[in-house]
Amino acid sequence: MKKNMNKNYFEVLRPGINSTFQDNGRNNFYHIGIPFSGAMDNRNFLLANAISNNAINNPVLEFAYQGPKLKYIGENISINVTGDVNFKIIRKNKNLEFSCYENIILENNDCLDILSTNRSVYGYLSVGGTFEVDYYLNSCSTNTKAKIGANSGEKLEKGQIINLKNIKKILPKNKIEYLNSKIENIRIIKGPHFDYFSKDAIDSFLSDEFNVTKLSDRMGIRLKGPKISNIKNTNIKSEGLVKGVIQITADGDPIIMLSDHGTIGGYPKIGVVISADYDKLVQTPPGSKIKFKEINLKDAETIFKLYEMETQNLISNIK
Amino acid sequence: MIKNISNLGDAALYCDFGTEVNKEINSNVINYFNNLRDSNFLGITNITPSYNKLVISFDLKLTSFAKLKKQVENLELKKNNNSKNNLIKIPVCCAEEFALDIKRLQKLLKINEAKIYETFFSKNYYCYMTGFIAGMPFLGDMDKSLFAKRLETPRVKVPKNSIGITEQFCNIYTFESPGGWNIIGKTPVDIFDNKKNTEPNLINPGDTISFYPISKLEYEKKYE
Repeated sequence: MKKNMNKNYFEVLRPGINSTFQDNGRNNFYHIGIPFSGAMDNRNFLLANAISNNAINNPVLEFAYQGPKLKYIGENISINVTGDVNFKIIRKNKNLEFSCYENIILENNDCLDILSTNRSVYGYLSVGGTFEVDYYLNSCSTNTKAKIGANSGEKLEKGQIINLKNIKKILPKNKIEYLNSKIENIRIIKGPHFDYFSKDAIDSFLSDEFNVTKLSDRMGIRLKGPKISNIKNTNIKSEGLVKGVIQITADGDPIIMLSDHGTIGGYPKIGVVISADYDKLVQTPPGSKIKFKEINLKDAETIFKLYEMETQNLISNIK
Repeated sequence: MIKNISNLGDAALYCDFGTEVNKEINSNVINYFNNLRDSNFLGITNITPSYNKLVISFDLKLTSFAKLKKQVENLELKKNNNSKNNLIKIPVCCAEEFALDIKRLQKLLKINEAKIYETFFSKNYYCYMTGFIAGMPFLGDMDKSLFAKRLETPRVKVPKNSIGITEQFCNIYTFESPGGWNIIGKTPVDIFDNKKNTEPNLINPGDTISFYPISKLEYEKKYE
């Protein structure tokens, strides 16, 4: 990005661990190996744009664990942070504390320091306006593996400039009362290779706890727990994957595919996380424990309708 | 034809065309894929063909498993819908520094280097699917004399544009990536061009690939 061509911009003082621009994701390219990508936690993405009165698919800045520290130069602008996030604004050497889910005014020379996500993974920064980012195949979502999307397919880097455009007049507070629900059970639907596993293995898969390991990122979550023993074959002919699919590796460990997953895979699929539980799933940090519960397709569809209604209610109750 | 359609979670269809890997079954998968791409069924977000399965993802806000399953079952297939598929020629340089596993293969297959390459270049290969990493084509079938197992310990980094073989398949690493296939050369052609905003991938499922050898000098020229 060019430097200082724009009068409203952020300078990246600290990039954070994994800060990328994301939108709703990139459809229709699985067949050439390009995953969906997009904001991991879709509800918090939608809320961020709704609070900013932005278009539903406006780009946001997603961060994980530790977020970026950004210096703002420009006219007053409304911003908001969604997720369970600890952040502050440094204004003339004073630390100002704010809450998530409300518009805050950022002034010239302010420093926004997104310190950490609390017992969760992802958070979102939205501005009353638009991050000036590149689009690729109809989406700005950054995919750091294929090097496509905003920021030339890279994470934020120290010292770079993020230009802003279409700055809106200062927005009303638009506060939402919302508590991110923490994980209880992750509900799943049986996968096509359910019968590759012994009855004991399935019982254990559906009743024991699994640890989320550090080998987890936007591509997938690796779990450790009781070994899931395979009675047929630990490999299948590679076939299409979707987000939320749980594969069991040859070692007997589950891997859950997330938004940046490889588009095809050759491990048996024991189950798929239901769409309504995906946002909760991606927010489980390494070190937490999760438990699976099997439900049927009809219930999953009903639960998704409720999840959608809840999101819409949150958006329509913005004031 | 599709033997069975089941649900893969609550937002995808899992269409089963059989268990074997051959061109006939895969052509069926790709015929469905091409027809579905033209169908404009509401809510489809992604269609992933593979050897003998087709996964259709959809937006649960717009459609459902039952609705889309009925539409796929009643889909009228246009015959000869493979006009979209091409013959693509790919140059390969087999210089020592690119053919990382040729020595291992000579031992493993008990054939000399010249014969390995002669056999490899004498066939055309069919693209069963692309994916895993962006644009990576899975091509087959290799001549039986070249069937080789994967490396016991996969490489942490296979160089971009390397040509790999394993069992009945060959592929092209479109990005530097971890991988366990036997590397026999490198192409100067970018199979996936992330600068191109339309059709960034050179090879599509259903295409036919013909490899031809080039010298190190030609490789360097093409690279400039």
